[in-house]
Amino acid sequence: MVLNAKIPEGKLEEKWRNYQISSQLINPANKKKLKVIVVGSGLAGAGAAATLGELGYEVQCFCYQDSARRAHSVAAQGGVNAAKNYQHDGDSVWRMYYDTIKGGDFRSREANVYRLAELSAPLIDHFTQQGVPFAREYGGVLVNRSFGGVQVERTFYARGQTGQQLLLAAYSQLSKMVRAGKVEMFTRHEMLDLVTVEGKARGIIARDLVNGELKRFAADAVVLATGGYSRVFRLSTLAIGCNGSAIWKAHKRGAFFAAPSFTQIHPTALPQSSEAQSKLTLMSESLRNDGRIWVPSNKDDKRSANDIPEAERDYYLERRYPSFGNLAPRDISSRAAKERIDAGHGVGRLKNAVYLDFSHAIQRLGLETIRDRYGNLFKMYKKITGIDAYKEPMQISPAAHFSMGGLWVDYELMTTIPGLYAIGECNFSDHGANRLGANSLLQASVDGYFILPNTINNYLSSLLKEEPVSTDHHSFSQAEKEISEHIQKILSINGTQTADHFHRQLGRVMWQECAMSRNKSGLEKAIKDIEEIKTDFWKDVKVTGGSLELNTELEKALRLADFIELALLMCTDALNRDESCGAHFREEYQTKDGEAVRVDEDYSFVSAWEYANGDFKLHKEELQFEFIKPTVRSYK
Amino acid sequence: MKVTLRIWRQEGPIDKGELKEYLVDDLTEDMSFLEALDHLNEQLVLKNEKVIAYEYDCREGICGQCGLFINGRAHGPHDHMTTCQLHMRSFADGDTITVEPWRAKAFPIVKDLIVDRSAFDRIIGQGAYISAKTGTAPEANSILISKEVSDKAMDAAACIGCGACVATCKNASAALFTSAKINHLNSLPQGKPESHHRALDMTKQMEKEGFGHCTFTGACEVECPEGISITNIAEMNARLIRAKVMN
Repeated sequence: MVLNAKIPEGKLEEKWRNYQISSQLINPANKKKLKVIVVGSGLAGAGAAATLGELGYEVQCFCYQDSARRAHSVAAQGGVNAAKNYQHDGDSVWRMYYDTIKGGDFRSREANVYRLAELSAPLIDHFTQQGVPFAREYGGVLVNRSFGGVQVERTFYARGQTGQQLLLAAYSQLSKMVRAGKVEMFTRHEMLDLVTVEGKARGIIARDLVNGELKRFAADAVVLATGGYSRVFRLSTLAIGCNGSAIWKAHKRGAFFAAPSFTQIHPTALPQSSEAQSKLTLMSESLRNDGRIWVPSNKDDKRSANDIPEAERDYYLERRYPSFGNLAPRDISSRAAKERIDAGHGVGRLKNAVYLDFSHAIQRLGLETIRDRYGNLFKMYKKITGIDAYKEPMQISPAAHFSMGGLWVDYELMTTIPGLYAIGECNFSDHGANRLGANSLLQASVDGYFILPNTINNYLSSLLKEEPVSTDHHSFSQAEKEISEHIQKILSINGTQTADHFHRQLGRVMWQECAMSRNKSGLEKAIKDIEEIKTDFWKDVKVTGGSLELNTELEKALRLADFIELALLMCTDALNRDESCGAHFREEYQTKDGEAVRVDEDYSFVSAWEYANGDFKLHKEELQFEFIKPTVRSYK
Repeated sequence: MKVTLRIWRQEGPIDKGELKEYLVDDLTEDMSFLEALDHLNEQLVLKNEKVIAYEYDCREGICGQCGLFINGRAHGPHDHMTTCQLHMRSFADGDTITVEPWRAKAFPIVKDLIVDRSAFDRIIGQGAYISAKTGTAPEANSILISKEVSDKAMDAAACIGCGACVATCKNASAALFTSAKINHLNSLPQGKPESHHRALDMTKQMEKEGFGHCTFTGACEVECPEGISITNIAEMNARLIRAKVMN
């Protein structure tokens, strides 16, 4: 199969318009006859479901939480980027496009990234109209701040709760369409399989998490908006329920998985303090606007932070990257922290953290200004650690965060299965090998609100002549039978270890070998180890309770079974890519001073993996750079 | 660290429930309260018992899905905190801790410590939105909003929908939740055109769901993780009177 990204003709700035002019439309009377399933209710899912409902389609939307408002978009803190150039600091769509493609280390598609930048300004208009209380100047206009990897101020924010405010706006709009009868919402439902008929996506099997029943849902198209899969590391900044099952099941049904190993490790999370820990809380990147990162120059310095004199502190980001300093991009900042920690300069009880210090900012700007800018984050820090960060530096540490990888999609956001779309974090499209801060809310929203509702018609129009598929079709009964057997198999093992036990094992292997820094022998060993974990899991996991009841232990085990398989693909992908790019840092490919070395001659492609009976087959989408020339990505 | 947990167990909405005691060992002060429950659940699995059902998702205080009544207080012993932000260092070695679900007629029990808060979704569905379709927005800076108005809207918009206000209220009133949403949208120029219907429809739904009336005890604002003030309720009542007059 040859991958066709369906990039429209024309100059970069004309492509999206050219696409819209040539795509098939559906008249309002016919839209009513078409049914779309949206899985996930975060910014991408809720935005898409609400907008598709407004356009006239019949929509069913699913989430595993008790309400659509819980989706993990809610936790994004810092902001959303848009090329408005309100600050008159030289920003433009072109510059945002360039920053994003460079931030991703030239491993994303030009046309997609340009469209992302192009649609960013209307997105701010949209959310302002929907009542998002963005931060404002006294004169009433919107405020901006800076984020990592850029030198302009293009980030819009609502205190430290931007994701929450955007998500609640999307949830409100979704609720409006539920009231209008155009969207039917299924909360506490988890998609367990995709149903295809004659190669086209035709529905899903979902488990009602309250009574455990398996249910069939048929539609004309299926949209996955299920978010990231960094819980594969177990400890991550993600919500505990976040999982990769929906996209993994779609992958096993034929959707190619692109760049699975591109995972962002966020530099500013709270460090792990014990084995029992379930979550690494993120501290917003916006803190790096005013906070300075350092470690003691002396190894194993036992003094407390405030007792270490200036001359004995190593502000390593400022030292290594003088032009971006503390606002170096995430992959680079995380790796630099790991380098210092590994060299024995880590701080904290487990020596696994670095300091993020606000004392200079407080001296320069005053306590009140810092409180106004970051008050809620300092409060959160104190609640969790018991430490007052106004008086001593925060201790922070890198943590698994965002999945740049995901289902391969074309320019229309369609996967390799006709009628199956992937939007938001669960696809691979815009961020390449590293995502810039505040581009995640942007991509999820733009995919859901603006792009998908303008591309899905191009496919659905061809379905008007076809008979709708009913849930009685044998593909549905077959899929339901398979998933039912899968559940019974897990329940019947009755072994000696909990699902969490295996998840901790998997997390340790993945964090050690497939996170910030990777190498050939480590990845080969990781694949062997994960195969063993897989064998042990299927021999020795113990899940109590039954399938036809609310059973959180069963939910965990089902998600973990998929994570284990996904982990194998992640390591396979990382092993295959003999270069360093963005977040993918292969130790064999680095300069003398530890910077990444890209190998464009051989690896300027998007890896797209096909599932082949437990094995993975690589396909390549070659990246064409027509409008810019990939350069060495430097923030020095 | 070792504690005794007295936990409410209930199979389903109509089953009889009871408090069951569990001795939990090997805890550390660094653990969050939910991690202590995770730990207990792993022990239960190994003893071939069914796990305790409780809710959580983000575990960083923003999604609003967690919510337990701990030693008689919503979200535990501290003010303005979610259950997931509570750590074992707030308890002493050897403590007995009682854990119950949110108690309110409008939040029926699903299982053990999980309740059904879909009543909140239905209140939101009655007008907590701006009826403008995607694609119709004017340029963002064409609507000027003063910082004071925007900040105040943000204070109200910060609600995470956890239901602690209802759980702690002796009347199980949802007035703080409903008022926060009404005031967020009605104080902004974008929310003006639908302001009266919003206030009328949302409060009507609140009563229909079986939430009690507000008698202004102020208990809710103490537990609210976002510190949303009860002045919101007074403001909602004023808006409601205006809406009734204007209608």
